[in-house]
Amino acid sequence: DDKLLTEPLSHPDFFNVKELFTLKDLFDARVHLGHKKGCRHRFMEPYIFGCRLDQDIIDLDQTMQHLQLALNFTAHVAYRGGIILFVSRRRQFCHLVESTARACGEYAHTRYWQGGLLTNARIQFGPGVRLPDLLIFLSTLNNVFEPHVAIRDAAKMNIPTVGVVDTNCNPCLITYPIPGNDDSPAAVELYCKLFRMTIIRAKDKRRQSEAIEELR
Amino acid sequence: LRLICTTTAVQRKNVGAPGPEKYTEAFIKKQIEEFNLGKRHLANMMGEDPETFTQEDIDRAIAYLFPSGLFDKQARPMMKHPTEVFPEQRKIQWGEDGRPFHFLFYTGKQSYYSLMHETYEKFLNVQKHQDQLIAQDLPLQKEKRNLAGSRWLSKIELEEMLLEKLSDDDYSRFIQLLQKLVALPCADIEENYIQKFSKEVPVQLQKVVIEPLQYDERGVAFSTGEGKRKTARATAVVYDNGTGKITVNGTDILHYFPVLQDREQLLFPFQFLGRIGKHDMVCTVSGGGRSAQAGAIRLASAKALRSFVTEKEVEFMRQAGLLTVDPRVKERKKPGQEGPRRKFTWKKR
Repeated sequence: DDKLLTEPLSHPDFFNVKELFTLKDLFDARVHLGHKKGCRHRFMEPYIFGCRLDQDIIDLDQTMQHLQLALNFTAHVAYRGGIILFVSRRRQFCHLVESTARACGEYAHTRYWQGGLLTNARIQFGPGVRLPDLLIFLSTLNNVFEPHVAIRDAAKMNIPTVGVVDTNCNPCLITYPIPGNDDSPAAVELYCKLFRMTIIRAKDKRRQSEAIEELR
Repeated sequence: LRLICTTTAVQRKNVGAPGPEKYTEAFIKKQIEEFNLGKRHLANMMGEDPETFTQEDIDRAIAYLFPSGLFDKQARPMMKHPTEVFPEQRKIQWGEDGRPFHFLFYTGKQSYYSLMHETYEKFLNVQKHQDQLIAQDLPLQKEKRNLAGSRWLSKIELEEMLLEKLSDDDYSRFIQLLQKLVALPCADIEENYIQKFSKEVPVQLQKVVIEPLQYDERGVAFSTGEGKRKTARATAVVYDNGTGKITVNGTDILHYFPVLQDREQLLFPFQFLGRIGKHDMVCTVSGGGRSAQAGAIRLASAKALRSFVTEKEVEFMRQAGLLTVDPRVKERKKPGQEGPRRKFTWKKR
């Protein structure tokens, strides 16, 4: 059992998430498109490649690295049987995100975020609740273009976060930010597909390893 | 009026299961066992067969053994199956390893949001089907769904279905989504799903059946009617081809109702229809006082006259108030007051 948990941590890319996406895929899904120059957030400047006709272009090389790190992390969390919560407050993609979560066997929250969900969970849900072990933000802003409350709450409760940060978002409190477009349907579908594939892959790997251990 | 500024203590508290210790699974099981045992004891006590002892038998036995004069039926002693007594409670939502069962558990309102998710999925299905039909240039079916005979589930019924508290906004959003779904042309595909949330409205205007004329031995047409007013109850038989004679409890109206006002009340239906000298009437009346009996007979005769008259005239009678039961009764006296409304004399000192 101990070997099951320690073995994946010795490899840099145990689940081989690099093969799931290429730079061309990201470009075709329009992940590099950011918002206009006026909407730019000060802390997103390192991730921006340049600005064309007032529109910010995100550096896809950095995005590739960050995406690889984030997918690797989610795979490890899923391998260890952690609870993953998909969060997004965009109405267009609410249904897509919930279906993705259901397909993975994980959880989603694309509705109005009640104040004490993470911080006051004992009282809201019941005494023995288990909180999520990872939050994945498909969009870090809520409907009023402010940072989602869940980022701050997860930081308070020591829950790691993975989030797609656009040029108008604040990447500060997110553990594994992924600079990229969060507005186009193509980009969000790509992210959902990638997360779904990593989580399913990690879970299958876990089941295989357990089966092998039992055979011994 | 809704208070806008309330403290969080007054608003609905975000409590999880209210008192999960009270109604655990083991507790309910024990209650069911005790109920079954008690049922058999009761059957033995009453001398009946324990195997075929139904709920009605239990109710009768309890009413016999513990007679109670209390007015409220729910305050009397009762013995019912524990599932009816204890309200349905949500069981623990997560498994042994702590992972919740439902994928929307962390939203707080899992049943409601999963319902919205499903409904939206049906909506997308219908749109896809519509697009396919348009691509193949097929006509879109449009059978007008009969909205008049059905209504959507009310908020309380939906709460019972989902076992969760809803807010008014949530409920209205759900109804709006359902209406959008129904408005699409190809919504017939999801008819089964939609029917779960619509209810038949019983026909409110119960068409009052006007009885046909009956004929007695002499061949004269007659018809009966019943009426009441305050505590008086009256039945009237109106005969055709008459001379305007009216008999009440065997005596003529002149002797039974000495006061002109009462006789006017009796004659009003006939005067309204212009048939004063054309009908005979025999009525029986009991209870009430002078005016009440007159009003009761008036209503009874009006009801009887409906059979003799066209539908338009029945409508006129109804609008004139001849066919409506007068709901006014004596108001009860309240404690601390001298009468129903009169208060005791107020003395300044």
